[in-house]
Amino acid sequence: MARRAQPLGAATGLGLGAAALALALGLGTIAAVALRAEGPARLGAADLAAVRFTLLQALASAALSTLLAVPVARALARRRFPGRGVLITLLGAPFILPVIVAVMGLLAVFGRSGLLSAALAPLGLGPVDIYGPGGVVLAHVFFNLPLATRLVLQGWLAIPAERFRLAAALGFGPAERFAHIERPMLREVLPGAFLVVFLICLTSFAVALTLGGGPRATTVELAIYQAFRFDFDLGRAAWLALIQVGLSVIAALSAFAIAVPGAFGPGLGRPVAQLGTDGRWLRLQDAAWLTLATLFLILPLAMVALRGLPGLAGLPPSVYAAALRSLAVALGSAALTLALALPMAIAIDRLKGLRGRAVQAAGTLTIAASPLVMGTGLFILLFPLADPRLLALPVTATVNAAMSLPFALRALMPAVAEAERSHGRLADSLGMTGGARLRLMLMPRLRRPVGFTLGLSAALSMGDLGVIALFSDPGHATLPLQLYGLMAAYRMESAAGAALLLLVLSLGLFWIFDRGGRTHAEP
Amino acid sequence: MLSLETLVLLQGGFSLSADLTVAPGRIVALLGPSGAGKSTLLDTIAGFLAPDRGRVLWQGTDLGPFAPGDRPLSVLFQDNNLFPHLTAAQNVGLGLRPGLRLDRDQTRAVETALDRVGLAGLGARKPAALSGGQRGRVALARMLLRNRPLMLLDEPFAALGPALKAGMLDLLADLAHETGATVLFVTHDPADARAIADQTILVAEGHAHPPRATADLLADPPPALRAYLG
Repeated sequence: MARRAQPLGAATGLGLGAAALALALGLGTIAAVALRAEGPARLGAADLAAVRFTLLQALASAALSTLLAVPVARALARRRFPGRGVLITLLGAPFILPVIVAVMGLLAVFGRSGLLSAALAPLGLGPVDIYGPGGVVLAHVFFNLPLATRLVLQGWLAIPAERFRLAAALGFGPAERFAHIERPMLREVLPGAFLVVFLICLTSFAVALTLGGGPRATTVELAIYQAFRFDFDLGRAAWLALIQVGLSVIAALSAFAIAVPGAFGPGLGRPVAQLGTDGRWLRLQDAAWLTLATLFLILPLAMVALRGLPGLAGLPPSVYAAALRSLAVALGSAALTLALALPMAIAIDRLKGLRGRAVQAAGTLTIAASPLVMGTGLFILLFPLADPRLLALPVTATVNAAMSLPFALRALMPAVAEAERSHGRLADSLGMTGGARLRLMLMPRLRRPVGFTLGLSAALSMGDLGVIALFSDPGHATLPLQLYGLMAAYRMESAAGAALLLLVLSLGLFWIFDRGGRTHAEP
Repeated sequence: MLSLETLVLLQGGFSLSADLTVAPGRIVALLGPSGAGKSTLLDTIAGFLAPDRGRVLWQGTDLGPFAPGDRPLSVLFQDNNLFPHLTAAQNVGLGLRPGLRLDRDQTRAVETALDRVGLAGLGARKPAALSGGQRGRVALARMLLRNRPLMLLDEPFAALGPALKAGMLDLLADLAHETGATVLFVTHDPADARAIADQTILVAEGHAHPPRATADLLADPPPALRAYLG
């Protein structure tokens, strides 16, 4: 007997359309770039250096992030202390933090006139300088150490408590516990975590733009931007874009070979009671790691707030205009993300089988895509049709939505499946289809993931400094681009104020939407 | 008249065949051990599963092409019969219009239906604020309003205590007699069949037997039923 084939509803059709659009954004733009890149590659030594630096900085960032994540995650897994929940929540924050805001914060702590340099000066050391390769890696570790910690923490919490009880019963010390319990888990979890961070750092643009540059610290993404923006060499930009795609594809293919853990998995709440870890030395060690990690996360953000407050009052009008443009882009991008992700999630649930997986693949594809490549492709496609500057904001919102799509699907898919599983047959039996089904059955059950999706995509778009840099001129900048302009012009007080404004707007957007989804949500 | 015409349902090692008719206006129990395929048979009639062979007919019309919501029937599941985010009145109103945009007459009809099942004044409550028995009554009120000639019930009252369950079955029988609907209800308890079912379909050993008068069947059970009753 077969599950009765349900007629393909309008939602499924919309979902297929959305998947086609995602494919067009992911692959179509690459095709546009590839067509433009005809003729022999005119790549110089600088371009090869960019490829080398891209790989090396991604390797270093991924290695440092995952290695440092191990002691921090272990301390979080086995210690109870006030503020533990807040700290775990905080580990999720860098994901929605605008890159340029974090860079401002890192400069305030680690820069030439930062806290660290000031602390070293009396000792006759310093000042430290983080412009260059070191700064790029530092910023990447700032963003990805929390992510890696969450991934490794999931591994720790997945170890059955009996295993630790047995270890205590057998009188294991730290070395034996590591060899027999922790190392096997880490061998499973670390490669995936390493790869996730490596993939993220591979398409690094904003960090390289602000902290890198020059022959020693230019990523391929940055080289695309420079070829496009300064040399207006579309052919070279296209070749570089293809190289970027190649790098991403190779890394993404290895991701299929290595199981990549989910970053938003539930259940990071409970600490594992681990007998035999009460020694004073181990406790001190854990406390030290947690303190360092917390300071590393909090200090830069605190500095953004501290240095930004004085500048907030005297912000030039252009900053507020840019903030309004950014809000419009963020809200548009959030709406577009939901408009793409919701029908796709419904279609994935309804189609099941191969076609469902194809829709899912189309939606996940953009995780390995490079926004700059997408932007270059869209520029090539749109250049003959309209003035790209007029399209700067809509294109930015669209590319941002494409980049948020994998995370949106990840939040929505399980919720749609659960709603259909529990109440789909009831809705079927009552003939609830189309709009009535969406309004009365699905949406009330999806408030939380929809709120999360809108919040996440709005915050990501609000803080994005990528495609907009390709297209825009100073008169039509978004807030992150405006902030970058202020930094480049050494108007540090205005920049600090704008950074605080951007931070508040990004986190605020996420908070409002996510909160809206939680209140009055059904159990 | 409901006809199951040389129906065969297969799934893995499981198979169920049925070739029978149910006369209109009857209350018929589907009795048999768990795992025998009672729910599967009901799901096939309701249109959630497609049969591997044979047809389901209502008044001579093949129901095969019709989606569950378009079939001349209402169905109550074991659980999740109400939307938890809608009020009792809204849940009942879905029986009239799946889009829930009710005019004044329809709103009044919802109130009348709630009165009829003994829930006057509770229309504004959400399911979480109702007892298990009250939730069952809301679902019955929706069935009443939907007013389809065939009612299918897959043990929706199984979680209720014996007295409450007996009360719900009595209410079901009353509503069926008032509307003239044909009722097919799944049960594993012969007492339920004895209480309200004129006829009983024995579902056992891969076969759904044609309906027999409940009293006769229970007085002189065939071997398969005797094995089940113990």
